[in-house]
Amino acid sequence: MQKQLVALTATAILGLTAVSAQAAILDDVKAKGYVQCGVTGGVPGFSAPDSNNVWTGIEVDFCRAMAAAVFNDAEAVRYTSLTSQERFTALSAGEVDVLSRTTTWTMSRDTQLGISFVGTMFYDGQGFMVRKADGIESALDLSGAAICIESGTTTELNAADYFAANSMEFNTVVFVDQDEVVKAYEDGRCDVYTTDSSALAAERSKFANPDDHIILPEIISKEPLGPVVRAGDTQWFNLARWTYFALLEAEELGVTSANVDEMLGSDNPAIKRLLGVEGDFGTPLGVTKDWAYQIIKSVGNYAESYDRNVGPATPIGLERGLNALWKDGGIQYAPPIR
Amino acid sequence: MTDIGFVRSDMVSARPAPHRTTGAVAWARKNLFSTPLDTGLTILGLLFLAWIVPPLFGFFIGNAVGPNGTVEQCRMENAGACWAYIAAEMEFFIYGFYDIPEHWRPNIVFALGALLFVPLLIPKAPFKRTNAVLFIVVYPIVSYFLLAGGVFGLKVIPTEKWGGLLVTLIISVIGITLSFPLGVILALGRQSQLPIIKTVCVGFIELIRAVPLITILFMASIMLPLFMPQGMTVDKFLRAIVGVTLFTSAYMAEVVRGGLQAIPRGQYEAASALGLGYWKRMWFIILPQALKHVIPGIVNNFISLFKDTSLVYIVGMKDLLEAVKTKNDTALEWQSGNTATTGYIFAAMVFWVFCFGMSRYSIYMERRLNTGYKR
Repeated sequence: MQKQLVALTATAILGLTAVSAQAAILDDVKAKGYVQCGVTGGVPGFSAPDSNNVWTGIEVDFCRAMAAAVFNDAEAVRYTSLTSQERFTALSAGEVDVLSRTTTWTMSRDTQLGISFVGTMFYDGQGFMVRKADGIESALDLSGAAICIESGTTTELNAADYFAANSMEFNTVVFVDQDEVVKAYEDGRCDVYTTDSSALAAERSKFANPDDHIILPEIISKEPLGPVVRAGDTQWFNLARWTYFALLEAEELGVTSANVDEMLGSDNPAIKRLLGVEGDFGTPLGVTKDWAYQIIKSVGNYAESYDRNVGPATPIGLERGLNALWKDGGIQYAPPIR
Repeated sequence: MTDIGFVRSDMVSARPAPHRTTGAVAWARKNLFSTPLDTGLTILGLLFLAWIVPPLFGFFIGNAVGPNGTVEQCRMENAGACWAYIAAEMEFFIYGFYDIPEHWRPNIVFALGALLFVPLLIPKAPFKRTNAVLFIVVYPIVSYFLLAGGVFGLKVIPTEKWGGLLVTLIISVIGITLSFPLGVILALGRQSQLPIIKTVCVGFIELIRAVPLITILFMASIMLPLFMPQGMTVDKFLRAIVGVTLFTSAYMAEVVRGGLQAIPRGQYEAASALGLGYWKRMWFIILPQALKHVIPGIVNNFISLFKDTSLVYIVGMKDLLEAVKTKNDTALEWQSGNTATTGYIFAAMVFWVFCFGMSRYSIYMERRLNTGYKR
């Protein structure tokens, strides 16, 4: 009787806890039937609820692409909102299978936290926003300007470095919260607002008159944002990395979610290999032969995801810039699939 | 001798109070203008109202954009609160990411909860015992399966998708119903003669009370996974509920202990003299008196628990406040000067309604139970 009671209690407790063995992540994912994806609490264009209260964004699309590759079903994803403090713990503790959460790829993170960066989904960098009426056209004209900055961030250090390197004077107006910084800039308490250029664009879109403000062309820091997986599981890492490459490769070859079915009949050997018509590149990854076809069919290629979430047609309105393909003047580059 | 004595056989009907002591003028004279200082303060107060009320009225009602308005109206110069934004995003504020076609499930949970909870609050409603059992035992089980799904062909909705007011209410209802009995047990344990029980209770209470709730939630979300075997995880929602409940129960224990100490020793002795055992003594004699004394403190804890639920954003849960904040940041199609402000005002109003309701009910309860000390 007592044994039964213990067993019952244990079952009840285990019902709310999930135990997975130390097996390969891909096997675990296949067993549970979905990819657990760590996202932000809400950054427009990257991971945010849309008007139907469904997660959307360029980083969400990456998780959907992985689910499409594994399950042929881009909806087989569950999302966990993570704060920036808990994101790496959640990843290493196995609470999420992939972290796709505006995470900057740095050396110390890559080498010291037991995690591996998959690639750079989005090349971001710190920029400056000024009022158009001020007639400033370059960051080098900013000498003596009052700059609104969020305290304790790398933003503050980067700005100090940049101004020192160009021997310019500046005054900082420091706040602890991003919203306060924006408010202060809007109220005219400073001439310049600086943060990552994607965030600048998003904040600008919220202003009453976005056209009164311009983002200066200079980018003063490198912020490569990319998905992250646990270190040590090569199979899962490869799947994540080649999901990212497949998105780029599809754009390069002109395969989109709209024309992917026609492209199955293409004569181009590169397209044949990508879509699994010729050769089998999926099985070594642990997925089916048509893995890339499934990704493109349900999520689209990199350009589609970019344009849908952060591109010029969206309220965020970011040009491709560095994120264009290498042949279009950007630095997004995927090794060939062969 | 003729009888000229006069004896009134009926009462003189009361005459109205002197003109100067009744009516609006007299009231104003008594309460607003009785001294020069009062007069000065009254005038200052009126000036303050004249200064503050018109802009507030303009913002909330006069210039506000109604629920059917458009974002263009919200973006106009001089526009007030953007209620259209609240109306458009209401579903997210109430259910979070919960699948829209499945919203009937939380709706049933809300309705069932109200149906079972309201009679519990009304002293005259019958079947108290059945009602309590239904609410405390059956209702949570039914709600869990209804919300989480996976049985009877219901679609599985993982707790990550729960959000908004739904999460706020679930955490606070579970927190309140569990932390109160737990607090009573801890308080009794702290007064226990048995050293082990006493040490454990004192240790628990002092440990939890000495740590901020944020730290407990932080521990639960960041440290706990590191202690657990690789690959084993506990649902974040469960972690948040356990954290909030334990935290409140420690405070509750101290409030109840205050009540226990207010009971004269004679009551304990009299109960013993009647031959009652420990539990009967506590249940029938001591606790009913002790708890009555500390109703304000208990409700204080309930209210602060309700408000503390907004701290679960630390473990990445989207409670009402966090849901509002998320939409403020991400609903670019609704951006305007007052969108975020309106969102926060809405959250504040919802919190106020619930907390004020709890406070009024506690006052009613105090009056009802205050039989021995009524003055």
